[in-house]
Amino acid sequence: MIPVQFDYLAPTSVEEALAALGQHGDDAKILAGGQSLLPVLRMRLNAPEVVIDLGGISSLRGIRDDGDALVIGAMTTHHDVRDDSLVKEHALLLSKAAAEVADSQIRHRGTFGGALAHADPAGDLGAPALALGAQFVIAGPGGSRTVDAADFFVDLFETAIGDDEILTEVRIPKHTGWGAHYEKFVRVAHQWPIVAVAATVRGSIDEARVGLTNMGSTPLRATATEQALAGASATEDGVREASQLAAEGTNPPSDLNGAADYRQHLARVLTGRAVLKAAGA
Amino acid sequence: MTATQDRPATEIGKDRRRKEDQRLITGRTRWTDNITLPGMLHMAMVRSPFAHATITSIDTEAAKASTNVVAVLSGKDFGDELGVCINAWPITPDQKTPGHSPMPADRVAFAGEIVAVVVARTAAEARDAAELVDVEYDELPAVVGIKKALTDEVLAHPDLGTNKSALWVFDSAEAGTGTDVEAAIATARTDGIVIERDYRQQRLIPAFMEPRSVVVDPTGEQITMWSATQIPHILRFALAATTGVPESKIRVIAPDVGGGFGGKLQATPEEWIAWAVARRLSRPVKYTETRSESLMAAHHGRDQVQTLTLAADKEGKVTALRVHLDADLGAYIALVGGGVPVLGAFMFNAIYKFPAYRFECQTVLTNTTFTDAYRGAGRPEATYAIERLMDELAAEVGVDPLEIRERNWIKHEEFPFTTVAGLEYDSGNYEAATALAKESFGYDALRAEQKERRDRGDRVQLGIGVSTFTEMCGLAPSRVLGSLDYGAGGWEHASVRMLATGKVEVVTGTSAHGQGHETAFSQIVADRLGVPFEDVEVLHGDTQVAHRGLDTYGSRSLVVGGEALVQAVDKVIDKARHLASHLLEASQDDLDYADGKFTVRGTDQGVAIQELATATFTGHNYPDDMELSIDAEATYDPVNFNYPHGTHLCAMEVDTETGAVKMRKYTCCDDIGNIINPLIVAGQVHGGLVQGIAQALWEEAVHDEAGTLVSGSFVDYLLPTAADTISFDVQHTQEPSVCTTNTLGTKGVGEAGTIASTPAVVNAVVDAVRHLGINDIQMPCTPERVWRAIEDSRAGGATETPPDAMPHFAEGEANQDSTDGAGQ
Repeated sequence: MIPVQFDYLAPTSVEEALAALGQHGDDAKILAGGQSLLPVLRMRLNAPEVVIDLGGISSLRGIRDDGDALVIGAMTTHHDVRDDSLVKEHALLLSKAAAEVADSQIRHRGTFGGALAHADPAGDLGAPALALGAQFVIAGPGGSRTVDAADFFVDLFETAIGDDEILTEVRIPKHTGWGAHYEKFVRVAHQWPIVAVAATVRGSIDEARVGLTNMGSTPLRATATEQALAGASATEDGVREASQLAAEGTNPPSDLNGAADYRQHLARVLTGRAVLKAAGA
Repeated sequence: MTATQDRPATEIGKDRRRKEDQRLITGRTRWTDNITLPGMLHMAMVRSPFAHATITSIDTEAAKASTNVVAVLSGKDFGDELGVCINAWPITPDQKTPGHSPMPADRVAFAGEIVAVVVARTAAEARDAAELVDVEYDELPAVVGIKKALTDEVLAHPDLGTNKSALWVFDSAEAGTGTDVEAAIATARTDGIVIERDYRQQRLIPAFMEPRSVVVDPTGEQITMWSATQIPHILRFALAATTGVPESKIRVIAPDVGGGFGGKLQATPEEWIAWAVARRLSRPVKYTETRSESLMAAHHGRDQVQTLTLAADKEGKVTALRVHLDADLGAYIALVGGGVPVLGAFMFNAIYKFPAYRFECQTVLTNTTFTDAYRGAGRPEATYAIERLMDELAAEVGVDPLEIRERNWIKHEEFPFTTVAGLEYDSGNYEAATALAKESFGYDALRAEQKERRDRGDRVQLGIGVSTFTEMCGLAPSRVLGSLDYGAGGWEHASVRMLATGKVEVVTGTSAHGQGHETAFSQIVADRLGVPFEDVEVLHGDTQVAHRGLDTYGSRSLVVGGEALVQAVDKVIDKARHLASHLLEASQDDLDYADGKFTVRGTDQGVAIQELATATFTGHNYPDDMELSIDAEATYDPVNFNYPHGTHLCAMEVDTETGAVKMRKYTCCDDIGNIINPLIVAGQVHGGLVQGIAQALWEEAVHDEAGTLVSGSFVDYLLPTAADTISFDVQHTQEPSVCTTNTLGTKGVGEAGTIASTPAVVNAVVDAVRHLGINDIQMPCTPERVWRAIEDSRAGGATETPPDAMPHFAEGEANQDSTDGAGQ
C-alpha cells in the first residue's frame, strides 16, 4: 500500500495554502486529517502530485461563540467537536454525531471540515450539518464567501468548494436547548453507516429538523417528516406516522450492505427512533 | 539445584502468560517483512484484472526504463525453474487438475493472478514501475459460482472439457459401517420424518493479521527462504520437488508469523516467483503483499452448497443422513484444496448414532481465487449442516433442541464408539458438557423470556441456538492420511538438547504462528523433565534447526507435536538414568526420578538433570557403554485422531423492524481433555468463537458475475472487532474426557470455537423468528436478510430472485424461501 510519489507542502497560514493551491491547481489535494485521503492514496485510487497539509494552520482549529452561531474551525478534530461544551450546549446534534464517527483513533485525527469537504454521503457529519442549517465559509483568491448547507453539497464527493478554494470554517446557527439524537445503523461498529438519521427537536415537538445519511448522493433533509412533526406531540404513534414520510425523495444506493428499498425502510424506522430519542420520549 | 526448589508443583494447568507475547505484540522481532539483507531487491506483482483472459502481449519496456528497476519478468521469461504450485491431495484417481503455474504465460484463470513481476531497488520503485507494465488481454467468458460451473456451459479451463473436478463418495452400506441410506429415507417418507434442506457455506477470506511476505536469499550454500507461512517443512519439500533444487540445498524459515488460520497453509505463487527471481538475479529479494492483494489472491475458504436429507422416526431418532456437497475450488486445486471438503465427510454424523450415512462431494473449478483450508477446514461446514438440521428436526418433532440431540447422541458409557463414518471416538461426555453449559447459560430462564417476548409480540424477539459439536483433530495418523490419498504423513518430530549449563533447548517440527507453543511446550517440558519453566527455550520454524516436522494446522501441534516432545523428554531421562547410575554408583533400579533429580532410594544421595547435562559436556566421568550425550529426539505418529467436543449455547436478539441481530449471551462448555495452559485455551476459544460468529453474521467474499472480488477491502469484507462482540462464558467440564491415545490426555482446541459457534448463532437467529414461519436465513445473517425473511413470511412466503451477491446459491431449491432477495 504505497502511494504514488507526491510533494508535501505544509503551509502555516490560509493565505499560504491558497497560494500553493493556486500554483498547483488540479495537481494538488488538500490534506485535512487524512483519514479518507490517505487510504485513497495508498490504494492508488488518486495520485496527486502535491499534497497540501492544513494541519499546521492553527487559525483553522477551535470552536468559538459568535453570537447567534457557533463557529467551528475546519481543522477541529471530531474528538474536539464531540467534547466541546459550546457544541453540547448549542448544537448537541453535532456532538452526538461526531461521537459516532468511525473509531477513537480516527476521531482524534480526522477533522470536521475535512470530512464535510470530502462529502462522502455516508459520512456522519453532512446530515447533522444540513439539519442544523450550517453555513460554510470558503476562502479563495478573491476573499471569503459563505455558502448555505443546502447549496454546499452538490453530488457524490462534490461540494461548492472550488479548485482554488479552501473550507476554513463552518457556522452553526445555535439550537440552544434542542434535543438531539444521531441514530446510526451499522453491521460492525467501525463501519460507515448503512443509513443514519440525525434528528434535533425543539420542545416536544414544536419544531423538528431531520437529516439523512447515505440516502442519496448528498446528505438529505426529511422535509415531509419535519413538516408532519411540527406541532405534533412526541408520542410513539404520532412520530412513527410522521416518519413514514422520511424516505420521500431519497435515492439511496444498493450495495453489499443493503438494497435501496431496504435502506428506505430503515430510514423510516430509524427516523422514528431518532426523533423519539431527540424529544426525550 | 536451588532453582528447581522454587519451581511450583506443576506447570501444566497453570495460567502462564505467553513468553512470546512481548516481542510479538511490540513487533520488535523478525516478521518476514522486517528482514533486510545486504543488496536486497524488492518485488511488485502485476496482476490480472480479468477473471479469465488470454494474455496477448506484455510490454515491459516502460517499466524496465523506470528508476532503479533491475528486472521485469513475465511467465515467458521463465522455464522449468519457476516450478509449479502443487496439489498435494488429489481426492480421486481421476480428479481433473488444471496445471497451476505460479505465473502463467498464456492465460489467466482468476482476477488477481500474477502475470509479471517487477524487481527494483526499493518497494516503492517496484510498485511504481508495476503500473507501467502494459498487458494486453483477450477477455474470455468467466464462470463464477457453483451452480453455473456445474452446467459446464462456460469452462474455467477450456482444455479440461468440464468444470467438474472430482466426485468423492462415502457410503456406509458400501463401507460396512452402517446400513443403506435410500431404504431408510424411503421408510421415513411413509412412516417418519424427512427433513430436506439446502445450506450454503459462503466464501470466506482467512484475513490473517500479517499479510504474506517472503524473502529469498540465494547467496550461500543453501538457498534460504523466509516466509510468513504455517508450513516451512512442507514448503521445503515442495520447492525441492518442483524447482529441481536438491532439498539439501534448501533452507526454509518461518520466523515469527502473524496468524494464519489455514490461510498460510499454502505453497503460493508469490513464494515460487520470489524463489525463481532470486535465483535468476543471484540477489536477495523480498515481496510483501498489500492487504488488497492479500484479500484478492491469498487463498479463500469454505464456499459450498450442501444438499441435505435427514430421515428420522416420529420420535426424532435419526435413521439416515444423506449429504451432497458441491464445493468451489476456485481456479486451481490448491495445496490441500480438494481435500478440505473431504475432511468434513467424517463429521456430518457428529456426536450422533446415525445408522445410515452417505456423503458425496463434487468439487468444481471456477474463475475465482482458489480455495483451501480455513480454520476448521471441512469440519465447520459439516457441523453447521448437522447442527442446523438437528434444530429443524426438533422443530418438526416439537421438542426442545437439546432433547432431540440427547435422543440421538452417543452416551458417555458407550465410548469407545465406532461411528457410521468409520471413526473410533475414544472418549467423550456429551451429557456432562451439556448439563454444565445449560446451567451456566441460564437456559430455562432465557427460554421463559423468549416465550414472554413472543406472547407480548415484542419488537425485539429472543432466540436460543444450540450446537453440540465434535471434531476430528490432531492431523493425524499417517496411515489414515495415506488411505485418503493425502500427499504427506501426519507424524511430528521433537528433540531435546540438554545444554552444558543445564538449560534446555527444545526443537519442535510444529510451526507456531501465534498459538503460544513456546509457552505451552515449555510448561510440558518443565513438568516432564523437572526443570524451571524459564530454563526451557522452544525452537521452531527453521528447517536448519528443526530438520524434521510437518508444521502447524488442523489442531495438531499440541496433540501430535506435544506428544513427540514428551517422548523425546522421556528418552532424555532414560539416557540420563544410565549416567546418574554411574555417577551415584547405584543400580538404575534403585534410582527415582522426580523434580529434575535422580535420587538413590533410601538415601539422601542424588544428582540433578542439570548436573548430568554438565557431566556430558565435560565428559570427565561417564560409563564405557554410554554415548556421551543425553540429548534425544522422537517422532510420534498418532494411532487415531482425537475428538474434542462441546455444547455451545447462544442467545440472539432480533429486531424485527430492522432485521438487526445482537448477541445477548454465549456460553460454551468444551471438553478438550487435559488442559496445559488455561489462558492459552481461553484465547483460542475466544478467538475461534469470534471467527465462527463472524461467518454467521458478517463475513462474505463476493465476486460479481465477471469474477471481480467486490468485497476487496475491509470496508466491504466485514471483520468484527472487540466492539462488535460480547464477553463469552467459557466453561470446561470438571472431569474432562481425556484423550486415550496420547499420554498428555489432550485434545485439540485451535478450531473448536470456529467449528461450534457458527450453527449456534444461526440457530439462535432462526429460533428468534421461527414462530413467524421462518426456518432458514442464509449466512451471513445480515440485517437485510433477516428483515427480508420476516417481510416474506408476512407476505406469505413470496419469493424473489436472489441478486448477484449470492451467485453460489441455487435458485428454487427447497427451504430457502426465507433468504431470497437478501443481501446484495
